[in-house]
Amino acid sequence: MSIDIETARRVAKLARIRVDEGDLPALAGELSGILQFMEQLNEVDVTGIEPMTSVTPMRLKRRADVVTDGNIQSAILKNAPDAREGFFAVPKVVE
Amino acid sequence: MSGGANTLTVAAARDALRKRELSAVDLTMACLTAMDAGDDLNAFVHKTPEIALAQARAADTRLAAGAAPDLCGIPLGIKDLFCTKGVPSQAASNILRGFRPEYESTVTSQLFAAGAVMLGKLNMDEFAMGSSNETSCYGDVVNPWRRTGEDTALTPGGSSGGSASAVAADLCLAATGTDTGGSIRQPAAFTGIVGIKPTYGRVSRWGIVAFASSLDQAGPMTKTVRDAALLLGAMAGHDPKDSTSADLPVPDFEAALTGDIRGKTIGIPKEYRMDGMPAEIEALWANGTAMLKDAGATIVDISLPHTKYALPAYYVIAPAEASSNLARYDGVRFGHRAKLAQGDGITEMYEKTRAEGFGKEVQRRVMIGTYVLSAGFYDAYYNRARRVRALIKRDFELAFAAGVDAILTPATPSSAFGLGEMANADPVEMYLNDVFTVTVNLAGLPGIAVPVGLDAKGLPLGLQLIGKPWAEAELLNHAYVLEQAAGFVAKAPKWW
Repeated sequence: MSIDIETARRVAKLARIRVDEGDLPALAGELSGILQFMEQLNEVDVTGIEPMTSVTPMRLKRRADVVTDGNIQSAILKNAPDAREGFFAVPKVVE
Repeated sequence: MSGGANTLTVAAARDALRKRELSAVDLTMACLTAMDAGDDLNAFVHKTPEIALAQARAADTRLAAGAAPDLCGIPLGIKDLFCTKGVPSQAASNILRGFRPEYESTVTSQLFAAGAVMLGKLNMDEFAMGSSNETSCYGDVVNPWRRTGEDTALTPGGSSGGSASAVAADLCLAATGTDTGGSIRQPAAFTGIVGIKPTYGRVSRWGIVAFASSLDQAGPMTKTVRDAALLLGAMAGHDPKDSTSADLPVPDFEAALTGDIRGKTIGIPKEYRMDGMPAEIEALWANGTAMLKDAGATIVDISLPHTKYALPAYYVIAPAEASSNLARYDGVRFGHRAKLAQGDGITEMYEKTRAEGFGKEVQRRVMIGTYVLSAGFYDAYYNRARRVRALIKRDFELAFAAGVDAILTPATPSSAFGLGEMANADPVEMYLNDVFTVTVNLAGLPGIAVPVGLDAKGLPLGLQLIGKPWAEAELLNHAYVLEQAAGFVAKAPKWW
């Protein structure tokens, strides 16, 4: 499977990474090369094999669904590029 | 090296500190001096001398009171991937520039509780994605080792390249690393030190910047196997904050170093003998095999038939998980946000922020991951890779079930290469560096790299031992035997 420029543009969009039009052909080429490397996986007979979800057969622990902390608003906002009045601030989302 | 306190092993420093022949403050000062003199290596990227000295003073008080833990007063370097409270923790990425966590990772919390001293944060590949430490926003790390008679700057390997370089150059006594596909073991081998990746779940991942959550494990990078045992003991253990952390007791790893492996069975996997493998690696492997045999182990040939498919499976699974984990870097809650043009909305903010903040290799992997998870390809790539992963794990299970106690392989396909030498290579060529290590992450097993010899260019070469799940104690003992037999004591001649 090789990735054309249109697919590269779509993948960049899905990944929310801006890629200049001029860089798309090189990106498509690189991604194609990596996918080609992955094609080897098609040689493996995986009939009847379940996809692995967890490397160690373990039941994930559960905790009670209760509040365990809180009142740390300033710590949460501390690293925000733009925080105002106790909120994360972002550009206008809705017209 | 003049043999200052910074050149001590953790075990030797512990003994000297407990006997009060050495103070934690003096030891820390020796390391801070070595760290400042080592700037040409570009290993330490955020230095924390004030924290180090405060911790050292506290350690001296504790040591004076007696019964201090093994790591009390031991100066360490911490990989930039670990969140350290109030100290820059940016995973060597511009997207986390300025980020100072409001919390402490479980691993560093445990180390500090044991009295360890943090000298600073160590350079690495951006988000731990790389095998040569050339993808860092801080610039390349330089390996203290050079080819005999040359001054070409060599890679320390990656992604824990800063940790490897700092330990090999005696800037700190030991360091933390993380390993998703070989990022502890490959740099350890390239710099002549010891590095262990524990069983998945042995060490908490909480507070470590995530790359590929089903593969990531933290571990120590040290000068000796004994030091690895000491650090692992302090780093490991159950953590309710990491749901994949194992609720198992942590054995006394140092006590396991008996040096006796008589009657143990060592498997030699035929699939690790690759076409075009340098004769020196082949000879090193044979030597290591002979050393374990001389120590009384039984050597058996084994087959791990799906080895060949480990790298392609890894390069589906790891980018898929990374694309999901790295979605959080959106310019809203922490780190970098791009300057926006008039009329830019939230989508432009995401796209510009991520294009500016992520380096090339990270962008490439996020996009590959996005592609293999996208509608129509999920089954063909991601699910198939997860099925192959199950087969790779089964290969190991069958070998262990047949009576193998540990597996011996080369750690890397070559010694350290020159910085920039792979600049024009295909990304896949760089990925081949992890060919011997990546299977271990996919199967969740513990693996350790031990320095065994020098090649004809005068550079260190290491071997890897792979153990059964949760059998780090036994694995460390095998590594200890290999270390004693190899007698690797060479140090990089000081040029920095």
